[in-house]
Amino acid sequence: MVWLELLSDYTFQNVVIGASLLGLISGPLGCFAVLRRQSLLGDAISHAALPGICLSFIITGSRDIGGIIIGSLITGSAAALIMLMLTRLSRLKTDAALGACLSIFFAVGIVLLTYIQSTNNASQGGLEAFLFGQAAATLRSDLWVMGSITLVTLLLLAVFWKQAKLVTFDAEYARTLGMPITVIEASLTAMVALAVVVGLQMVGVILMAAMIVAPAAAARQWSRHLGGMLTIAAGVGIVSGVSGATISTLSRGLATGPLIVLTATAIVLISLALAPGRGLLWGVIKHYRQKSALQKQQLLYALYKHSADPSCAPSTLGSRRMLNKLKQQGYLTRSPRGATPSDGGWGLTAQGQAEARRVIAAFEELAS
Amino acid sequence: MAIFNPTDTALSIKNLTVSYHNQPVLWDIDLDIPAGVMAGIVGPNGAGKSTLIKSLLGLVPSLSGEVMVHGRPYATQRKRVGYVPQRSSVDWDFPTTALDVVTMGLYGRLGWLKRPGRKERHEAQEALEMVGMSALAERQISQLSGGQQQRVFLARALVQQADVYFLDEPMAGVDATTERAIIDILRRLRDAGKTLIVVHHDLQTVRTYFDWLLLLNVRVIASGKAEEVFKIDHLRQAYGGQIALLNDNESLMFSASKVK
Repeated sequence: MVWLELLSDYTFQNVVIGASLLGLISGPLGCFAVLRRQSLLGDAISHAALPGICLSFIITGSRDIGGIIIGSLITGSAAALIMLMLTRLSRLKTDAALGACLSIFFAVGIVLLTYIQSTNNASQGGLEAFLFGQAAATLRSDLWVMGSITLVTLLLLAVFWKQAKLVTFDAEYARTLGMPITVIEASLTAMVALAVVVGLQMVGVILMAAMIVAPAAAARQWSRHLGGMLTIAAGVGIVSGVSGATISTLSRGLATGPLIVLTATAIVLISLALAPGRGLLWGVIKHYRQKSALQKQQLLYALYKHSADPSCAPSTLGSRRMLNKLKQQGYLTRSPRGATPSDGGWGLTAQGQAEARRVIAAFEELAS
Repeated sequence: MAIFNPTDTALSIKNLTVSYHNQPVLWDIDLDIPAGVMAGIVGPNGAGKSTLIKSLLGLVPSLSGEVMVHGRPYATQRKRVGYVPQRSSVDWDFPTTALDVVTMGLYGRLGWLKRPGRKERHEAQEALEMVGMSALAERQISQLSGGQQQRVFLARALVQQADVYFLDEPMAGVDATTERAIIDILRRLRDAGKTLIVVHHDLQTVRTYFDWLLLLNVRVIASGKAEEVFKIDHLRQAYGGQIALLNDNESLMFSASKVK
């Protein structure tokens, strides 16, 4: 009953649809940003959106989403351009240029924000909500704008898929094929700016970078193809958007944006740990399997080589546990009666001898 | 042995100058490479070998210079030129397969909107077979060894079916078996009339691999048929005193200390 009530709630509908749209656009575009090693560019663009938001308010005198989008796109792109120019023309490295741009633009934004607040304009109420987002204030009309941006961006990606992929993987090679890589790279960056704009209302300028990076980072763990990575990233974005929005609504009062980001982060952590092949857990398991396989081979080898010479003590060879394990597997026998102090009575069965010969053959083949 | 046809020039460079931070990297390069040869570009570190290839392909801006491929400006001849970049120039953790990377070689031919289909995948598979990698077509590129990655790059250029190939240190960091395999493929291409221009750093193998040589150190030190260029005087000029060379055919044996 609670769910039915929730689903028919107008605000909740808006928030969930908005969060889904955000996931749908930030996931796929985040993949390109992450693969091009520009994940922090999203951070710079989103922080630099703040002065744009304030300027648009000063000029138009209202919180109209159209003006805010245009304003944030202009200052966001300006920050990205200045950053690229700084790295090209000066000796500043990317991280330094990025840090400088991000903080300067953000500082200007905060100054403008406090200026607007000091003018006591009645309609300015809640402009600071763009810092951390205010999902509940999302209007149906905002959703239409967000939806159109998402649709156009994803369509562009689908049409120029080949170009986007090759430029991301190997831009220089793309140029030798005659692709206009500057245009393609600039478009990809512009699309990241669009994704940021879509997220301003939901998660705000400060946390938006997480929505660019997190779904892509999680998706990389599970995917073998770029297309798969984009699809999974979109899925992760939508799931974290919807669950963040739901948790926020059910808990009455916890901020939506940060909850969305936290959900996405949880998915990243799970992916980093568990994803088959690339996950940390997988790596640990593989390491122990290899170690134990090697131990077994060594033991069999030593027992086989030194069986004629009991004075070469197998008891020095290693753990009792491994010996017992091999006994269970039928490779070893133990005859307590024939036990000498040195070898503990361990001996190879026929099966064990065959396995040892196989190990030795494989080893010699490897060495040759 | 390749047939030298003096009337057909695969690559012709005039007055090429490239500078980086006001420092000339390449100075007034004039060069003609005949068609159907395997040409080596050799020189010390920082001589501008890779920069030469990159500026020819328009990847590095040049101050001046004119590049003609088979008698026409490079910009109009892109489809006849294949490029094998250094293996380290890309991130091999990119989520894709060997076959997909090779298919990328066909993107130029496909134009803006057309997508690679069954025909393109088939061609890519054939190129992988040529470099002995057909069994690994569906392998993630991050799981390939260095030599296998180099072969994938080679296959990506092969699938372009170009006439002139530029290769940037294809033998760097690969094992002897792969080097052998790569050289065999390049020789087959040359025998089919293609021109191969290879940046190479190992002086010991220069004479056996190449039939045409460019000795480079910012300027052209010498260029022409390998046996005429690969001479001790030229090498000294290119490498200064830092050269130690063993060659059992001629008595080109001297140590760094003997060279003044």
